[in-house]
Amino acid sequence: MIRAVNIKKSFDGVEVLKGISTIFEKGKTNLIIGRSGAGKTVFLKLLVTLMQPTEGEIWYGDVNVTNLNKRQLIDLRKDIGMLFQGSALFDSLTVEENIRFPLDMFTRKTKKEKQERVDEMIEVVNLEGSNDKYPGEISGGMQKRVGIARSIVLNPKYLFCDEPNSGLDPKTSLVIDELIQTITRENQITTIINTHDMNSVMEIGEKINLLHMGKLAWVGNKDEVVENENELLQNFIFASPFLQRLRKQALGK
Amino acid sequence: MILSFFYHLGRFISLLRLMISKPENWSMYWKETVRQMNDMGVGSLIIVCLISLFIGAVSAVQIAFQLSEQIVPMYYTGYIVRDMTIIEMAPTLTCLVLAGKVGSSIAAELGGMRQKEQIDALEIMGVNTAAYLVFPKIFAALFIVPLLVAIAAFVAIIGGYLAVVPTGMITATEYVTGLRAFFVPYNINIMFVKGVVFGFTLTAIPAYQGYYVEGGSLELGQANMNAVVFSNIAILFCDFIITLMMT
Amino acid sequence: MILSFFYNLGRFVNLFRLMLSKPERVSMYWKETVRQMNDIGIGSLMIIGLIALFIGAVAAMQFAYQLGNTFVPMYYTGYVVRDMTIMELAPTITCLVLAGKVGSNIAAELGGMRQNEQIDALEIMGVNTASYLIAPKLVAALVVIPLLVAISAFVSIIGGFLAVVPTGMITESEYVLGLRLFFVPYTVFMMFVKSIVFAFIVAALPAYQGYYVKGGSIELGKASTNAVVYCDIAILLADYIIALMMT
Repeated sequence: MIRAVNIKKSFDGVEVLKGISTIFEKGKTNLIIGRSGAGKTVFLKLLVTLMQPTEGEIWYGDVNVTNLNKRQLIDLRKDIGMLFQGSALFDSLTVEENIRFPLDMFTRKTKKEKQERVDEMIEVVNLEGSNDKYPGEISGGMQKRVGIARSIVLNPKYLFCDEPNSGLDPKTSLVIDELIQTITRENQITTIINTHDMNSVMEIGEKINLLHMGKLAWVGNKDEVVENENELLQNFIFASPFLQRLRKQALGK
Repeated sequence: MILSFFYHLGRFISLLRLMISKPENWSMYWKETVRQMNDMGVGSLIIVCLISLFIGAVSAVQIAFQLSEQIVPMYYTGYIVRDMTIIEMAPTLTCLVLAGKVGSSIAAELGGMRQKEQIDALEIMGVNTAAYLVFPKIFAALFIVPLLVAIAAFVAIIGGYLAVVPTGMITATEYVTGLRAFFVPYNINIMFVKGVVFGFTLTAIPAYQGYYVEGGSLELGQANMNAVVFSNIAILFCDFIITLMMT
Repeated sequence: MILSFFYNLGRFVNLFRLMLSKPERVSMYWKETVRQMNDIGIGSLMIIGLIALFIGAVAAMQFAYQLGNTFVPMYYTGYVVRDMTIMELAPTITCLVLAGKVGSNIAAELGGMRQNEQIDALEIMGVNTASYLIAPKLVAALVVIPLLVAISAFVSIIGGFLAVVPTGMITESEYVLGLRLFFVPYTVFMMFVKSIVFAFIVAALPAYQGYYVKGGSIELGKASTNAVVYCDIAILLADYIIALMMT
């Protein structure tokens, strides 16, 4: 479980986040949604400790992570996995080497144990047969899957995903979303996903946080989205007239 | 401008301080260092040989031309070529060119990693990126660049020979007599000190430029150019300081 | 490798044939040329002045140090510094540094325009891009770089003075006596020939690298690095050929 308490963040005197308090639950896919410029990326970077908030606190379980020193941060990060928007795979390493990298760096396992773990991960993300390809040789969707495999290879307790669906077609997006959800449930991870893809919201939105202008505008889950009358939420999810008509039909109006 | 100079100087030093810490895993650091040594050393060998051949040839031809009007004997060509290449031309010119090759590729590599969030990805894993990405490069350069400089000096002297002896400007005996005249082994020390210092300069400055790059590909190009230009200036500045202290 | 050399050489020559055409509008070309002159000249002036100071200082101190061991009179320092900077150090080192600054800038600019499809956009408008984008840079370099080299030679000689006279290594009158000794105006002519040839290299090779860049930002970085390295090699090769032909 991760708790954010009254988080504020300013850049050069401009307040980007204006006091956000929320809870991200264990074993669920927690979403942060909002329009471009709402402060999603900054919020995620604060949560993942790549930035420090100007004001407020972030708690991982019962540990306050807001003012840790370098050493404590490094220990904490052993429990964190992150999937980046552009996957952030290392260009000079193959798929297999990318996934094995955290194992090489932080564990004292034998070669055989590492290989078993890597094979297991490759199976989880359905990438059999691509072991020796380089990131430049595989599609965007496959890169995302390698990124997921790399981020969970050390069994993290917390998984962060920055726009996991950007640049993917709807079908591939769905595969990635389901993969993240399965991993979250099976390993009881606290997963936080930053997205503006409405398909994801409706599929895996077990807990949704809508940001607007640096404030939390709405919290709920996917089942509440259609019926809720919050104007900001409806404008965001059902952005086009076509989708608005569909919503009205679903509500039987 | 002065303020920004101190800002960058401070951030540069703090990057170097961050860099010095116990590696998470020695074998990974060692592997990376060896890879860098290979990239820098083997990758630059041909270019270094090629340019030092020209450097030696130019020095010899020009000195022979200048001496022909003087009271100084012709065999001085060999002597001046030897000292000039060992003390000055081999370390400085080799490292200026290496700044263009090795330095700009370091800046581009780290800058690219920063922009594609690969540095953040490493940070999230708990890797000390300042150490893992920067230290092996600097460490490799401290060994490889002096070796390249020594090879450059050697090849430059051969280049000088090839330029003036077969063309009949001076005889082989005169050139070799010159090479063996007034030899001061201390000059070799100067060469290696320069090699080590320039090796540090031409990796640390580009690494700094690349590591802290912000924005898009325009800024990356800018950082790349700054890396080369600032290393060049720093190399020539250090050249001056070393000469001042060691002669 | 040889095949690829000839492929690139052919395409390079072809690019310059394309470039030589009547401008669509002379005033547009003129404006662009003046802008480039300003960028190359004013933009590099500080750096050139700075490095020239160090080059002169190093050359003077090292010669004073070397002459200390021989029977050659001390005032030769001034003479050698003058000839060495004018004939060799000022043109070569200045242009090596300019290759890193101006050259990599040209490669990055043209490469970026190619990747953002700006070159295609100009082509569709009917502009001869080879001519409009490259000719002004080339003309500006051919005019401005020889001037920078001349300034660099002048500043180097001052740098030499500042390094050895106030420190008491030799006296002021010795240095000045050396400067005025055996002056051959032909060496200045050589300096300008070198700088014009180097200017062509510094502008043309990176323009070629940037104009034909393909792929993404990694390839752009590579093209920029290649531009600098090829420039450096070409400059030193040309240096040798000119020294051979003109001495």
